[in-house]
Amino acid sequence: MAAIKAGEEYGFFTDTSICIGCKACEVACKEWNQLQGDSPAFLDDSYDNTGSLDAQNWRHVKFIEHVPDQSATAGNGTAWLMMSDVCKHCKHASCMEVCPTGAIIRTEFNTVFIQQDVCNGCRNCIAACPYSVIGMNQETGTAHKCTLCYDRLQGGLEPACAKACPTQSIQFGPLAELQQAADVRLATLHSQGVTQAQLYGRDDKVYGGLNAFFLLMDKPETYGLPNADNAKLPSRNDLGGYLGAAVTAVLAVIGGLVAFRRRGTP
Amino acid sequence: MVFLAEHFVRSPQWTWYILFYFFFAGIAGGAYLVGTLLRLSGDARDEPAARVAFYVSLPATLICPILLTADLGASWWKFWHMMVDVTPGDTGLNFKYWSPMSVGVWALLLFGFFVTVSAVDAWMRNRGGGIIPMVVNRAFNIIGAIVAIFIASYTGVLLSVSNQPVWSDTWVLGGLFLASGLSGSAALIALLIRNRPDAGFSLGRLHQADGYFSVLELALIIVFFITVGAAGALARELPGCRFGPSPWPGSPDLSSRRAATCGCGPRGDRAPSRGCVSTRSWSPSWSC
Repeated sequence: MAAIKAGEEYGFFTDTSICIGCKACEVACKEWNQLQGDSPAFLDDSYDNTGSLDAQNWRHVKFIEHVPDQSATAGNGTAWLMMSDVCKHCKHASCMEVCPTGAIIRTEFNTVFIQQDVCNGCRNCIAACPYSVIGMNQETGTAHKCTLCYDRLQGGLEPACAKACPTQSIQFGPLAELQQAADVRLATLHSQGVTQAQLYGRDDKVYGGLNAFFLLMDKPETYGLPNADNAKLPSRNDLGGYLGAAVTAVLAVIGGLVAFRRRGTP
Repeated sequence: MVFLAEHFVRSPQWTWYILFYFFFAGIAGGAYLVGTLLRLSGDARDEPAARVAFYVSLPATLICPILLTADLGASWWKFWHMMVDVTPGDTGLNFKYWSPMSVGVWALLLFGFFVTVSAVDAWMRNRGGGIIPMVVNRAFNIIGAIVAIFIASYTGVLLSVSNQPVWSDTWVLGGLFLASGLSGSAALIALLIRNRPDAGFSLGRLHQADGYFSVLELALIIVFFITVGAAGALARELPGCRFGPSPWPGSPDLSSRRAATCGCGPRGDRAPSRGCVSTRSWSPSWSC
């Protein structure tokens, strides 16, 4: 890969069709970013024991195990779906929209980054992120998520997860190149009859496009991802919310004025 | 068109500090508005009750920033980052009109000024003379009351301006919080003046106002359930029901498809929540 340059757009293309669920990405991420991880726990309805993305898990291989028992076609058995989930680094990021401190910024690599020295732990971004990506680190009192290995990019290195992925399910590179590679991969799968394969976040239908986009083997909802109809920014509710409050205020003031109106002279 | 939002978010875990902040912000804003309305609409006999209202709003306001700062946890000392952006090379004041939390911080600061002046003025008046002439005071109170309305209601809007299930499925919360705050503060002021002969005149009038506010609140609660039901959130939050709370959430009529897409189960706090978190609080055992 060519040298990593500031000012260019970078991202991930995560091809879930070749993810084997080895979780090397999770381990590499924790190693590089010095994340302790959560206390080990068995999650009783899944072979996955990571659970979800949070302050300690910036990559999470989702296991979609609840698949129908019968084969789709003869000789084509059922398979669990694996997806190495990560912060999507949305073009129109919900977290960045609501952040009151200005801690969440876009870097010179066009990634979404939470400045730890600026963040004050209000957690508004957690309420806003539609992907359940951000978690609160109680020790630092700040919100944590994938940085797209900002420090490695500055040093000219690709992110740890992409480096470690043994199947190249996680690819890192300039966004335009990744999009091109994804289009080729999708065409290949479709030509092989894998018609359920689809790209998620490749175009601008979901939050203006995702810098970390995916090739999925089922519809987005199956993976717990909002589809294009549901991917909305929090600010959609500003107008309605304030109008509702204003109408209530008018009614309440009228009620108060009526109740307190003058009745005769003192 | 009904917008069927699906949510895959994590709970921000705004718990007790924030719950009490919502309560005190409602009381503070509500009391200030009630005091202003008593002064504007009432006669001279309502003035003692109006002063009690301004007294009430002061401590209720002062406790708010303490609760908000405590909620920040280990980063409590960075509370001022809400107002000042300390991003290296991009420092300045923070103000995002589209983020209720950002607007609310400034509104709370402004409201603190109005409340302090009005409470001190009421205290001085009880001792012979106010610090502001009454004509100016009325104008001051009206501007303060507008900020008070914002303080009592923006918290509801803040919840809606998110991607949380239920919260972001309705436009009612801001108004509901305001009506609730007004009702609560009218009742509180009535309670405080019940043994004060000089303010006794206002007692019946406060009860009447509280009645109006309560009716408004009840109507908004109904509208809240209608909006949330229309967005499909109730059916999602309380599986097995269509437009209202079913008697037993967690009733086992879920398809396997649903279980697959939901991806949630009794996994503790780390469960990816598509509304599953709130379901848990309704029912000790549930299948999703």
